[in-house]
Amino acid sequence: MTWFRREKQRLRASESSQILTEGLWIKCDGCRQIIWKKDLEPSWNVCGKCNHHFRLDARTRLRLLLDDEQYTEHDAGLESTDPLNFVDLKPYRERLESAQQATEMHDAVITAEGKMGGRPAMVCAMEYSFIGGSMGCVVGEKITRAIERSIAGRVPLVIVSASGGARMMEGTISLIQMAKISAALARLDEARVPFISVLTDPTTGGVTASFAMLGDLNIAEPGALIGFAGPRVIEQTIRQKLPAGFQRSEFLLEHGMLDAVVPRSELKSFLIRSLGFLSS
Amino acid sequence: MLDAEKARHELEAIELKIEELASGPADGATDAQIKQLREQIRGLQADFAGFTSAWKRVQLARHPQRPHTLDYVKHLFQEFTEIHGDRAFGEDPALVAGFARFHDEWVMVLGHQKGRDTTQKLHRNFGMPKPEGYRKALRAMRLAAKFRRPIISFVDTPGAYPGIGSEERGQAEAIAKNLMEMARLPVPIVVTITGEGGSGGALAIAVGDRILMLENAVYSVISPEGCASITWRDGQKAELAAEALKITAPDLIQLGIVDQMVPEPPGGAHTSHEEMARILGPMLHSALNEARRLPIAELLEARYQKFRRMGQFFREAAG
Ligand SMILES: [Zn+2]
Repeated sequence: MTWFRREKQRLRASESSQILTEGLWIKCDGCRQIIWKKDLEPSWNVCGKCNHHFRLDARTRLRLLLDDEQYTEHDAGLESTDPLNFVDLKPYRERLESAQQATEMHDAVITAEGKMGGRPAMVCAMEYSFIGGSMGCVVGEKITRAIERSIAGRVPLVIVSASGGARMMEGTISLIQMAKISAALARLDEARVPFISVLTDPTTGGVTASFAMLGDLNIAEPGALIGFAGPRVIEQTIRQKLPAGFQRSEFLLEHGMLDAVVPRSELKSFLIRSLGFLSS
Repeated sequence: MLDAEKARHELEAIELKIEELASGPADGATDAQIKQLREQIRGLQADFAGFTSAWKRVQLARHPQRPHTLDYVKHLFQEFTEIHGDRAFGEDPALVAGFARFHDEWVMVLGHQKGRDTTQKLHRNFGMPKPEGYRKALRAMRLAAKFRRPIISFVDTPGAYPGIGSEERGQAEAIAKNLMEMARLPVPIVVTITGEGGSGGALAIAVGDRILMLENAVYSVISPEGCASITWRDGQKAELAAEALKITAPDLIQLGIVDQMVPEPPGGAHTSHEEMARILGPMLHSALNEARRLPIAELLEARYQKFRRMGQFFREAAG
């Protein structure tokens, strides 16, 4: 059980953020302006000039969504045993260790419980800077346990995705996590406990093709890359350039794949309102 | 690996000599010896199966003459009646579905379908379904569930098709929906990985009560070439990647992902479709019978627990 407090945490998270480059200034991908990083903090990493949504690390995300920025973390110490003993240019074990040191997490998701608008909520937040937010057996297990907790306590579930997909270094085991989580979501569905999937930049591969698309509501932040295949794979396959805006949130909305595109500033109130409708 | 290949060739030479002897004049004592030798050879061949390199299996799994879903349908099922379309967008020939009789019982059969010649390959899109293929599969499976017919699924795809239309029509959603629904379809589901088990596009019809896998099939989260180009930054390292990813039947049985390995005829399934079907048929039948023994509620609980337990490769970190 870990309780997080406001001031210290917010400072640390933005300092260690993988998205913001070194130094105090950052160039916005949207409007190309140079922004003082501190200026992004009150807006939770959204550019005040052009509304570009920078990535948000998992801890900051939880503070954004949960009342008083407080939550209880579950299964925080769960870590992979490297089941394939996978080595490419360097051992997977070493990749894990450096990701653990950089993020102060044991794997790519935080599963937490807190309150949202005064009501209990289970929130899973993925950490993209941990090996691309990839899903191996730990992410699979933690999310499955979160779903089972949601069922047991009838606590609404929100999963915030940010992931390149299944974790290659755990091979078919990572693939199977898609089926495992989806099976648990079938039970959540039958228990009529609400699940809202929030897709953030980027959500692709096996994460999109499992829980991220299985919410009672699927919503996304503006401008997020969302898809099954990565854009480069598609370009190589069809041998043509992809249209502008392809696989962005607004593109998915237009094609009927999302319930709504919700700006970060309205995300929490959107979730509270939705859970009001969904919770019987 | 090279030694194993060499030994395998020697074994094949010995086998030929035995067959020569066998074709000679009949003689009770010699016949008995020949029978014994044949059995020993079969045993050795089975041992060698465990030594076939992952990359060799990838090549066998992709062999153009390898039996595909409709070949198994032809040899193992009667009165196959194909059904088409997802009722929403279109018909996808890369994934076939239909009802048929299997040991005097109606079942729903579905599977990826590859082509053999260029025209067929293009028509079948190399066995890479689009969202409508997965949605057709789900429609077929729901139909089976409604009338309490078991489902038999054959998996053989390089992966779900990556294209603009696939993304526009929700490839990810189609696959995800299948995973969730297959977990709770109230009829027995028997899955056989027959060739390439290519990532999410394979998994989308591979959730079931029993998972069989052919001796030279592979089942992987990414193609060895794809893995090699990402991790080694060199697609030529596919052989290394194939080994590292642990994608063969013996590996996946050990990892708890596959239940049973289906032996292939010597040389691989492509050498004889009839022989391959003759081996697979009884194994499919007993897998189906095993699944059917359980009342539906227990079957669904067992299916849930089966996948729930997959991938218990973690520990609580100290401190
Ligand atoms: Zn901007």
